[in-house]
Amino acid sequence: MKSLYRYLGITGLAGLALALFWVLVSFVGPLIAPYGPGEIVNYDVFLPMSWEHPLGTDYLGRSVLSRVMDGARFTVGLAFAAALLASLLGTGLGLFSAVSGKALDESISRVMDALLSIPNKIFALVMIAALGSSIPILLLITAITYTPGVFRIARSLAVNINQMDYIQVARARGEGRLYLASVEVLPNMIHPMLTDFGLRFVYVVLLLSSLSFLGLGVQPPNADLGSLVRENMSGLWEGAPAIMAPAAAIISLTIGVNLFIDSLRSSR
Amino acid sequence: MNTIVNLLLKRLGISLVTLLLVSAVVFLITNLLPGDPVQEMLGQAATPEVVEALRAKLGLNQPAYIRYMSWLGSLLSGDPGVSLANNMPVAELVSDRLPRSLMLAGITTLVAVPFALFVGILAASYSDTRVDHFISTIVMFVVAVPEFLVATIAVLIFSVHLGWLSAVSYAPQDPSLQEFIATYALPVMTLSLVLVGQMSRMTRAALIEQMQQPYIEMAILKGASHSRLVLRHALPNAVGPIANAVALSLSYLMGGVVIVEVIFNYPGIASLMVDSVTNRDFPLLQACAMLFCTGYLILVFMADICAILSNPKLRN
Amino acid sequence: MSDLIRVENLRIVARGDDDQEKTIVKHIEFSIPRGEVLALIGESGSGKTTIALALMGYARKGCHIDEGSIFLGDTDLMSLSQTDLRSLRGRRISYVAQSAASSFNPSMKIMNQILESTQIHYSMSRKAAEAKAVDLFRVLALPNPETIGSRYPHQVSGGQLQRLMAAMAMITDPELIIFDEPTTALDVTTQIDVLRAFKQVVQERGITAVYVSHDLAVVAQMADQVVVLNNGEICEMGTTAQILNAPSDDYTKQLMAAARPGLAGVAETNDNDESLLSVKGLAAGYGKIGRDGRPAIPILQDINLSIKRSSTLGVIGESGSGKSTLARAIAGLLPTSAGIVKLADEVLPNRMELRSRDQLKRVQIVFQNADTALNPAHSVGRILARPLAFYHGMTKDASDKRVRELLDLVHLPPSIADQPCARLSGGQKQRVNLARALAAEPDLILCDEVTSALDTVVAAAILDLLKELQRELGVSFMFISHDITTLRAVCDQIIVLYAGQKVEEGSRKNFAAPPFHPYTNLLINSVPELEQGWLERKKPIHHTIAANADGQQLCGFLDRCSMRIEGKCDKQSPPWVALSQGSEVSCHLSGEELKRLQQHSSQTPILESSSLNSEGA
Repeated sequence: MKSLYRYLGITGLAGLALALFWVLVSFVGPLIAPYGPGEIVNYDVFLPMSWEHPLGTDYLGRSVLSRVMDGARFTVGLAFAAALLASLLGTGLGLFSAVSGKALDESISRVMDALLSIPNKIFALVMIAALGSSIPILLLITAITYTPGVFRIARSLAVNINQMDYIQVARARGEGRLYLASVEVLPNMIHPMLTDFGLRFVYVVLLLSSLSFLGLGVQPPNADLGSLVRENMSGLWEGAPAIMAPAAAIISLTIGVNLFIDSLRSSR
Repeated sequence: MNTIVNLLLKRLGISLVTLLLVSAVVFLITNLLPGDPVQEMLGQAATPEVVEALRAKLGLNQPAYIRYMSWLGSLLSGDPGVSLANNMPVAELVSDRLPRSLMLAGITTLVAVPFALFVGILAASYSDTRVDHFISTIVMFVVAVPEFLVATIAVLIFSVHLGWLSAVSYAPQDPSLQEFIATYALPVMTLSLVLVGQMSRMTRAALIEQMQQPYIEMAILKGASHSRLVLRHALPNAVGPIANAVALSLSYLMGGVVIVEVIFNYPGIASLMVDSVTNRDFPLLQACAMLFCTGYLILVFMADICAILSNPKLRN
Repeated sequence: MSDLIRVENLRIVARGDDDQEKTIVKHIEFSIPRGEVLALIGESGSGKTTIALALMGYARKGCHIDEGSIFLGDTDLMSLSQTDLRSLRGRRISYVAQSAASSFNPSMKIMNQILESTQIHYSMSRKAAEAKAVDLFRVLALPNPETIGSRYPHQVSGGQLQRLMAAMAMITDPELIIFDEPTTALDVTTQIDVLRAFKQVVQERGITAVYVSHDLAVVAQMADQVVVLNNGEICEMGTTAQILNAPSDDYTKQLMAAARPGLAGVAETNDNDESLLSVKGLAAGYGKIGRDGRPAIPILQDINLSIKRSSTLGVIGESGSGKSTLARAIAGLLPTSAGIVKLADEVLPNRMELRSRDQLKRVQIVFQNADTALNPAHSVGRILARPLAFYHGMTKDASDKRVRELLDLVHLPPSIADQPCARLSGGQKQRVNLARALAAEPDLILCDEVTSALDTVVAAAILDLLKELQRELGVSFMFISHDITTLRAVCDQIIVLYAGQKVEEGSRKNFAAPPFHPYTNLLINSVPELEQGWLERKKPIHHTIAANADGQQLCGFLDRCSMRIEGKCDKQSPPWVALSQGSEVSCHLSGEELKRLQQHSSQTPILESSSLNSEGA
């Protein structure tokens, strides 16, 4: 434990704690939530915090605590899956492109550059217009949005490593492309790509909650944290916990992960 | 001089090719729609002949690449079809809203860029001191918050608690200075906050990278003062990367403006685009998407120009 | 007080990432009388640069001066504030760094950077300063002194940049100049001109100087006093003559021995006449192959060489000669555009992809930079096990045993097999590199500047190891280097490359005395000898900057050769002339003519053990 503290510093440790907290909530939340997410618990809407309803009620009278726990499941779960997919795809393609011949490398890079030239939100909006907003589609859309970014970083790393003498030695030995990519190049990429994965996670959380806020992301009856902010907007004037809680949830999640990632970077 | 011109032309060429690829991607995606848009438009009761007739009228019965070419042609000629939801020419809708979005973007740029550069340079020249750590922490917090929350909190503070500004911005025709500020304050503030966060972070990184170069140590050993090191040695060499960072951050505006226009009900291109997504209004959607992508590529190209021009190895 | 600098009990510490304090240098005491040159000599990590920087009151990030005093005249630098120190730097004390290329701001014109100290310290008007700068350029033998200042650093060569840095240091007439390994990064033929320029200007103006180096021979030319450093402490201190002729400390003796690598261990004659590698007409380069069969950027032309079994061929050349390209071409890493490479009568395909695994196994290559030649993600044992599995199909037990044997061959402890490569020293890494090459059980190992990045003592140990491996295993080496002294210590045969062409070939003995090819002559005469006064005795060999050899038929050395025959050398390609003692040169001059001309320009013949004439400072 002490060595973890020295490695990460106090901010990093705090960030890790926050991030792990939300992961935990997304797993066990629905199991320990006092009420179901759709259950109407009180006919008074926008109730403030109380012992009975720790986070009050939302615009329909449902338990905010339960809805936030349920919403975290979508936000964290979708973001994690999408970031993982983007990282795997992007890294794989980037590696492949770097060890392939010039023509193949050029064409893949051009396509990726074109995809990168479409601002993320715009790309997501266009995809949603064409394909809709079901959960699997959202997963696909957010993963594809961030794959080119991962690709660019992975490819750049792989190309740099390729210039190293130890790769030349392996080539001169007669090693094949697959061996070079997986055994010689990949292990040296893992640390920076892990850091990048963390960043992508945050980006997806931001994108997803923004889309949900616009009404184009997670659709009712499901709700992620962004949708929760959207539907409880009218509670803003009273400062009701119905809107403050999901907002605080999103902020603490992204800041936590950011703190953790930053401490990883500076310790290297 | 020749090399520079050649490099710039090459970059321009690549940008144009990329733009073409982007248009193909946009077209491809919007044609992935499952189901039949024509059938949807006419409803279930329409007879097959009517459906066929409308399809022919809209040109939807032709093979994909022909449709792509004609769409491209219509874009370039300035008449990208008719908005399905509004029954107005897209060009008219766009030309009405585009100047407003540009206005918003322009003001934000004017406010955000100088501030961001100042903060970034300050943080870099005091790097690893408490000033720097303080700035970096604040920046990190700001960047981690999504714009809709920034906007929400801004409305909470300035509209609800302080009552200074109204939450909805409408732009009257001939605004007085007071009305102007009231209209633009919240949207610009929201956009600027995250913009300043990103830009200052990248500026700081670019400058610090220069400060770690050996020629800085040489200047120290000649007796140069700290401000001389930062302003006369490091900064000129960091201009390329900083300009790059500024352009990339401004391209973030392309996305951020979507949220801000919707929240504050600002009548710009981005809110038009969001409407077109909800309505599945494809001609409008495609045109708006292409506008944003073109804007982004222009910014990236300008960043490239700065990088090329500031490279001393290309000077004669 | 005739001492300009007096250092007392200096101690500098560093604070690492784990917040632990580590002493870098301690108990440092020396003094420099006005007008004298003091040399700080030691290997990397000895602390010499740290001490040199401390003389300006400067410590690099993470380090600070913990204890001691540094007197400049009557002022103790340790008592000065940061502002006072800043006003002293660049004005009373100046610094000339090791790498001129990175010490100049790439986007500022050279003249502005040279004049910067005068601007910071308000010492003179711009016009006066510019005139002074141009004057200094002239004194330092720079070309185009009036216009060179208006260029950017990347438009000027390495040797010129180094001299410009000296001008930058001298513009304010400082009392002390610190030269920090200023010629280490330069070719040996460029180095001698720079050394000459420095020495002249230092002597003429009576400048007090500190000269930091790891090269004893260079120090012998430049310094009056020598301080020998090891691991942050002074081993020995004395006048140059005293250190060179009668060193008393063991470490100093080690340094002296390593500076003159002996021939112990190399067999006098090689009974084995069997030819292992034969290269005929090899040409290689980069870029697309044009219609005439030549690559867009040709590097090597018409190279012929052969290596016998159990022998070592040395390839010497300076930067741009193509020697590294030669190694890569033979290994197949770079496809050749012409020529045949035969390994024991079997023709090797010109690219690696076409060679069989057995062919690849028999020729191994070891690179210069040990750091980048070992995968940081793998342990030593894993790196050595791979070729064993790849070439010999060894299973775990046999492989583990063999790994231990290989480590033993290169004198590394077996425990090192579990260590990640990052923790090894430079010398250890190079040994692992060699072990990896040996794991394949090759016939030939191509060594590409394998000792050039190592400290002299460590490099000498590696050279001994190579000789031992040849004796025990019978493996042949092709040893590439830019240092003729190293080659003469290790190789049986030597070829000289210039601008992608072979200009001379001979046995080790042939390189002891003239006649040589004119380029070889220049090369050998540029290597500083371990005796004082050598620099003054050498007559400068004037030459213009060599142009690209685009008329390959003509001699590549044409533009720089001081012995060229107008009307012959610039019209006809030089023939191969066999010299009387057995070597061959590509030259129009006959052996006798070369001998006569070359014995004139060098008054001391290069012998196996140099006689030491100390002629004083």
